[in-house]
Order: sequence, then structure tokens, then C-alpha cells
Amino acid sequence: MSSVLLPLRSGSEVDGFRIAERIHAGGMGNIYRVTKPGFELPMIMKVPRVGPNEPTEGIISFETEAMIVPALRGPHVPKFIAAGDLARTPYLVTEWVEGQTLDQRLAGRSIPVDDVIRVGAAIADALHDLHQQDVVHLDVKPSNVIMKGDGSAVLIDYGFSHHARYPDLLAEEKRFGAGSAPYVSPEQLLGTRNDPRSDIFSLGVVLYEMATGTMPFGELDSDVRNRLWLDPVPPALHTPAVRPWLQEIILRCLEPSAVTRYQSAAHVAFDLRNPEQVRLTARAAKSQRAGLLRHVRRFLDARRELGHRLRFPKGQVSNSPIIMVAVDTSHPDDERQPALQRTTEQILSLSREFRLICVSVIDAAPLMDNASVAESASGIHLEHLIRLRHWVEPLRMPQQRLSLHVIQAPKPANALIDFARQNNVDLMVLGVPGADQPDRSSWQSVASAVSANAPCSVHVVRYPTRAT
Amino acid sequence: MAQNRAGMIIALLADLHGNLEALEACLRHAADRGVGRHAFLGDLVGYGADPGPVTDIVAAFASSGAIVVKGNHDAAIEQGARELNELARESIEWTRQALTVQQRQFLASLPLSIRDGSICFVHASAAAPEAWEYIGDNHAARTSIEAAGTSYVFSGHVHDQMLYFLTTVGKIAPFRPISGSAVPVPSHRRWLAIAGSVGQPRDGNRAAAYAVFDDVAEQITFYRVPYDHLAAARKIREAGLPEDLAQRLERAL
Repeated sequence: MSSVLLPLRSGSEVDGFRIAERIHAGGMGNIYRVTKPGFELPMIMKVPRVGPNEPTEGIISFETEAMIVPALRGPHVPKFIAAGDLARTPYLVTEWVEGQTLDQRLAGRSIPVDDVIRVGAAIADALHDLHQQDVVHLDVKPSNVIMKGDGSAVLIDYGFSHHARYPDLLAEEKRFGAGSAPYVSPEQLLGTRNDPRSDIFSLGVVLYEMATGTMPFGELDSDVRNRLWLDPVPPALHTPAVRPWLQEIILRCLEPSAVTRYQSAAHVAFDLRNPEQVRLTARAAKSQRAGLLRHVRRFLDARRELGHRLRFPKGQVSNSPIIMVAVDTSHPDDERQPALQRTTEQILSLSREFRLICVSVIDAAPLMDNASVAESASGIHLEHLIRLRHWVEPLRMPQQRLSLHVIQAPKPANALIDFARQNNVDLMVLGVPGADQPDRSSWQSVASAVSANAPCSVHVVRYPTRAT
Repeated sequence: MAQNRAGMIIALLADLHGNLEALEACLRHAADRGVGRHAFLGDLVGYGADPGPVTDIVAAFASSGAIVVKGNHDAAIEQGARELNELARESIEWTRQALTVQQRQFLASLPLSIRDGSICFVHASAAAPEAWEYIGDNHAARTSIEAAGTSYVFSGHVHDQMLYFLTTVGKIAPFRPISGSAVPVPSHRRWLAIAGSVGQPRDGNRAAAYAVFDDVAEQITFYRVPYDHLAAARKIREAGLPEDLAQRLERAL
């Protein structure tokens, strides 16, 4: 680094970017609002502290961010605008994301459980998007989450992040702390930097914090190693409004061993949005933290794991996808059904990490006299749910990897597409009728509309037409 | 040679080993990616059945300004193959008689390394190119980077693609690149890239290996290019070269 960049004066210019007010001054550097003719977007410029007396941590962190941010895409990351030459004028210009950081939103207090769920699912969506781009954030905390007006989340600050297809500049710099003490995952402490499940642990800490207003493992740097074995106080003990299913989700995110956590952020988002589908374990009912003996065992377990660092199996994100199968429960005895079942079974046999969602779209309930509408609607709903369960039974899926949904909607294609988008579905499987089933031809157009517009891969199963 | 490199995308082609099919596939692949310049990082010949045609192609590129450095197999054509293993020795004897005087002279005339601006091109280690040391670990990579004194060292000799970089605390870290994924290599750091072998991959993947460096974007992209390895193996058998050399292309081991 040849030059020392002093704090920039408001009104000065760097590579055509006019510096406006400084909005952040921190140990790592300064952040300014900037403008440039021809750029409509509100923008910020991050300038690292560089100089003989500055710690190198700041510059490597900055370098890491300048390497990763230009590669990021989509609605959950700040848009990259420009980067300066690191050897001469290091800076990084990105979109200024309008919204409130979760930190500001929380202001040190808990928030209502409904908000915990909404915000938590939004962060999980953002993390899933990031993980699918081969990036692990590694510093998930409220001050790095911006909540936008539409309820979605944007993740900022990639100074500690890891990109699976880039050299990891921070990997060899072991003396640098990993992430932020209250949120950091156990394996990050041990030096693992390529595991997306580390972000899921941090998300668990954020969920816990939002729900209870306290930190599960304390806030001090000196507390940091306790998460290798400490059993956090069950969140419902702090906040009775935390229902068992939500406690289940939070504590599963906080499992010290990554293999017992959720394996994908999409699964966390899904469970937060579908409480009735959460399979409850002992975590849900916990009303006290582990006793002394149990703690000693957790401590010993952690000690054993210190020996061999958890290595993240390659391609985990895409190996634990969500499969959605659309079942026509209005025609349960149709020839398509066994074909659809066979195909689904074959897909599921590829991996034990798959999650299966069975969806049936039925017509909105027929209007009868006003009094019986609700009753008949729920009756129809239940009937289709039973058929759906019957359909999936031969596949013998474990409860925790399976969920069933009956959606009442006038346009099945739109309903399926929306559902796939909301639940981060990776692959949708659906059957189309054969040519000898003219009465089912509406499914033909559903299949075309879905294949054309679905946000995921689509597998269309056709029952072979017999020659007559 | 090479006065103006500004804005050039350079193809890095190492360890061609007389494999015409692999070389042509890589050159076509590189042309599709806007490559304006070529650097041949040694071992143009040896093992493969087409040392003559491969040498002619490289010589033609050299006459229009391409970088070409000498590899140990190229050197063995003139100097003898005492230091090589038996398989390589046998193929060098065959290769020598398959080359014309002109082709042999071209190989003999090649320099061991070329420094061009911020880049050092060398077949093996920049520390002692004629010693043909393998860059097989962090220590060897560091020695080469430090001896080169440039931001970039591009080499071959080792047949597996690899990217080494110096950290700010002076440590060296290896990175195994992923084919087709551009990697930022900012010039304020020091990098050593091993382009992989065009003509004789040994990592179980039969596809030819090479890399492309963009000196403006400061990015390097490693590629694997499938080619007609069956044809290349057949020619080795037809030439009467050792069977092992044909199988090597079929198994990439």
C-alpha cells in the first residue's frame, strides 16, 4: 500500500465520485454518501484505513469485500457500482440500501413474536440466496441486516465472507478474529470458513435475540468459546410468547454441531412460515437449560470435536434442495398418480437431504348458502389433505422432511408458481395427462404455464399413452 | 517482442506434449474467449505423437509475438534425456527423430524464462529454471515467486492447475481453481499460477487444461476443454510409442 488515505473532505472528488457526508467512522475505515453524474442510485463509498500505523486486518477485510461484492447478484445484496485500485486509491462504491438496520429496529429490546418470524424468514431467504451464490457471509448480525420497506432483507458487509470459487485471503490470517463474538458459530472459532451452516447458527442467535432481547451466549469476547458446549436458556423461559415450534427452530439453529442444525437456510425460512409443519423434538418442550451433568457431557463432546475440525461437504447447498410435488387430489385414482409417485421416489432416492413438499391446488370452495360456506370449505380442505397424505404414504418420508399443503385458489398454475417462489423450491415435479384424458386437459395448460414461469427447475411427468 | 501488452487477454498454455488434438481444441476455445495473445509455457513436445505439427503451430505464433519458453522435454531433444524417467526417455528418442532440423533448432532457441512487465513466464521454478524443480508445495511456490520479483508468475511443469498467493503476513496459500470461474488476482499481491497441462492431464479428468489471464480486469480463469483424446491415443499407438502413454490420455492418470 503506497498511499495513506486521509479522511475525505465533503465536496472533494475521487474518480468522479463527489463525497457527501460521512455516515460511518469505524476501526476498519470510513463510509461516505457519494454522488456521480449519470448515476441515479443513491450510493455509498467505503474507504479502508490504510497506512503504516493501521492494522492490516482492515485492509484484508476490505480487499475481501472488494473481491466478493462485485460477484454478488440479486435483491438481497447491495448493488456493486465501482472499486478503486487497491494499491493507489482503495475504495468500494455500492448502492445505498434504503431501510433500517435490524440493529436500529431492535434497539436492544425484543420484538413481538410475529415480527420475529417475519424478519427471521426474510433473513433466511437472503442467506439462502447468498449461499446459492457460493458465498458464506460469516458475520450475520443485526447491524449487517437492512430491512427494506417491502419486508425483505439485504445483507451488508462482506469483509469476513468466504467465496467458494475465489482464493480466501483471510484463510491464512488466523490471528484475526472471526465474525462478531456474540453471533459467531463454534466451527468458525475453530477456523472453518467455508460452511454455510455457520450463517444458520448466527441466524439462530439473531432469532433468539429478537425473541428475548438477550443473547444466548453472552455478549463479551471472553464468552466466545462457551458456545462450543453451553446450552442456552430456552427462549420460551425469557418470552412465554415463544411457542414450542419457534423454540424448536431457534434451538435447532443453535446446535453446536453443524450436522444437527438446519442444513439449509431455505429450510429455516420454510419452517418459520409453516409452523404447523415443524416437527417438534425435545428442543421444543425444554423448560430449563441442561443440568451440570449434561453440560459436562456437552463440554467433552466439544473437546472431542476440537480435535478434528468440521469440514463442510462440498456442494451441500444444492445437495439439500427442496422438492415440491404437485398432486392432483381431485383425481386420486388417475393413471398419472403412480407415475408421479415413482418419479418422486426416484428423485428422493438420490439423497437423504431432500425435503419434500406435497401441494394440492383445489378450486376455491363453491359458494353455497352463507352459513355453510366456512364449514364446507374446511371440510373440503381436510378431505384433500387426507388424500395428499395417502398419496405420499408409500414414499415413507420421515416427518421432519415432509410437509403437506392444500391451497384453495382459482388458478392452479399461479398458485404453484407463487408457492414455489415463497418457499425457495429447487425442483417442482408435476404430472400431465395423456392424450387419452381429454377431460383433464386443463392440467396440460397448468404444466405449460408452470414450466414457462416457475422460479425453479420443473420436471414434468407424463403417463405414457397407450396405442389403441 | 511484446512491447505493448495493454488490454490483452493472454492464453496460458503449458505442457502441450505433442498432443495436436488437445492444442487445437484449446486454441479454438481461447479464440472464442477473445484471447489476443498466447504464452506457451514449455514442454511443447514429448509423450505425444505430433511433436512436429505442434512445434510448427507454436513457432507460427512465436513469429507473430507469442511468448514461448523452454521446458525440460524440449531441452532434452538437444541435450539428451538422462534426467528423465524411462518412459519419457523412450518418447524423447522417438520425438527427436520425428522432428525436422528446423523444428529442433526452434526448440533449442527457446529461452528458459521471459519477464514481461509484471509477469514472469517460466516452465518450472523462476528461482532456477534450468533445474526443472516442481512447484508442488507452498515452499517451492514461494521460492519461485520471490525469485521472479513480479506480481505474476505463470508456469507449468506440474500438470495440475493451481493458484498460489502471498498473504499480507508473508505466508503463502494455495487455491485450487474451479474451471470456468474467473478469479480476481489484484496486482498488488503476488500470484503464481500453474496453468495445467494441455496435452497430458493427470488428475483423472481427461479434458485439456489451460488458463486465460486478463491483465486489465486482473482476473485469471482456468479452463478444462474436452478434446478427441481417443484420436490422440490412437496416434500414439500407431506411432509405436509406449502403450502407457496412450492409456495415460484415456485415463488421465
